[in-house]
Amino acid sequence: MNLRAVHYYKPPIFIASLLPLALLVQGYVQDSLGANPIEAITRETGDWTLNFLLLSLAITPLRQITHWQWPMRLRRMLGLFAFFYACLHFAIYIWLDQFFDWKGMVYDILDRPFITMGFLAFVLLIPLALTSTRGMMQRLGGQRWQRLHKLIYVSAIAGVLHYVWLVKADLQEPLTYAAILAVLLGFRAVMQYRKRQLSGQPPANRASARPPAG
Amino acid sequence: TRLGNIRKSAYSTTEKLTPFKDVTTYNNFYEFGSSKEGPSKLAPRYLKPRPWTVSVEGEVRRPRVYDIDQIMKLAPLEERIYRMRCVEGWSMVIPWAGLPLNALIRQAEPLGSARYVAFITLQDPAQMPGQQRELLPWPYFEALRLDEAMHPLTLLAVGLYGQILPNQNGAPLRLVVPWKYGFKGAKSIVRIRFLSRQPATTWMRAAPEEYGFYANVNPEVSHKRWSQKRERRIGEFRKRPTLMYNGYGEQVAHLYRGMDLNKYF
Repeated sequence: MNLRAVHYYKPPIFIASLLPLALLVQGYVQDSLGANPIEAITRETGDWTLNFLLLSLAITPLRQITHWQWPMRLRRMLGLFAFFYACLHFAIYIWLDQFFDWKGMVYDILDRPFITMGFLAFVLLIPLALTSTRGMMQRLGGQRWQRLHKLIYVSAIAGVLHYVWLVKADLQEPLTYAAILAVLLGFRAVMQYRKRQLSGQPPANRASARPPAG
Repeated sequence: TRLGNIRKSAYSTTEKLTPFKDVTTYNNFYEFGSSKEGPSKLAPRYLKPRPWTVSVEGEVRRPRVYDIDQIMKLAPLEERIYRMRCVEGWSMVIPWAGLPLNALIRQAEPLGSARYVAFITLQDPAQMPGQQRELLPWPYFEALRLDEAMHPLTLLAVGLYGQILPNQNGAPLRLVVPWKYGFKGAKSIVRIRFLSRQPATTWMRAAPEEYGFYANVNPEVSHKRWSQKRERRIGEFRKRPTLMYNGYGEQVAHLYRGMDLNKYF
């Protein structure tokens, strides 16, 4: 597929990315989300935040393995959808879980490690979403922008820990996310190591004229 | 199957009942997986609640293996409409049918050395497919102090909504202790054992800092990972405040007089 074909792929992928939300709204209206619909919505929006985070983190390895360029054109959108579902997830926590009990929330964030991690994962996404535009990328400069956007790794790790520490006993699902994340980050570590071996100098000194790799 | 001749009980609450559908499709029953819907899908297919025997054993004068039908005749069945508060922060109102546990305990005649009563769930991965994974140390094991077990509110449930207990709710026999978090209510019980010492229960063994032996509903003592101040009653939008001893304080607070509830949580 050439780069221009992305123009045709992007709109359907955009719409498909809204499908989880559409299904939740439909489920809520039709009362088919089970006995505890708010819990179901909380869980689903959390799942989809992680799904989109991992998808956006899969783009770089995919490009390096296949040498396709087109997936890069989707990365920003996938990352922004992760932020979108994270916002929904967080809004539901504030509204339908805590009912705007600010004191309770501060306590939660400071004292409950799984909420600390979730909050951290969310907060770290904010600067990334704000600087996701081409204009901001230019204003920051490629290298600084890249360094800033490495925060996505921290956010993803915090997001997965948030899930691992939430679960009472059955770790299968959170550990699946952890394993996929480990592969995606491990791939980068290996590539970085190899590059360093080849160039014989630390990565910070590399000139970065190439497109941003995250 | 409908249960005949169920007497009303003065211990029932008049609160609005949680719909039958929610009571029977939103279950924590890890023997059928960790999801809430899993038990209602798997338990009706796999669990065979008849024939069923329950062994009453340990520190008692009269140990005995009961058939489930004999247990159901130990005392007249009563309808007990109880609040049920899950440790996860949700609650229901359920019309149970059953008999006070103390009717069975009296038959067994506990020895002076008996101070605790343990409730042990069936262990059979063929009937309980969730046991094919080590989610929890199987079999599920719960226990009460003898005075808690003798308390008139403590119920051996054999039904709900006037029917035989659905498999996913712990057929054919489960424990209901309305002032404690729901996980104290062992399901599909095959053994009731009288002990002289306090045992470690399943959730205590799985996560000792998070689950204590008593597990009394207490809004002031939070779970390590979430507050217990409020709860979502299934079917309601807003959360409601959680009541001390799940609202049964008048009947049970004396059992814990002088105890440090932060320590004995």
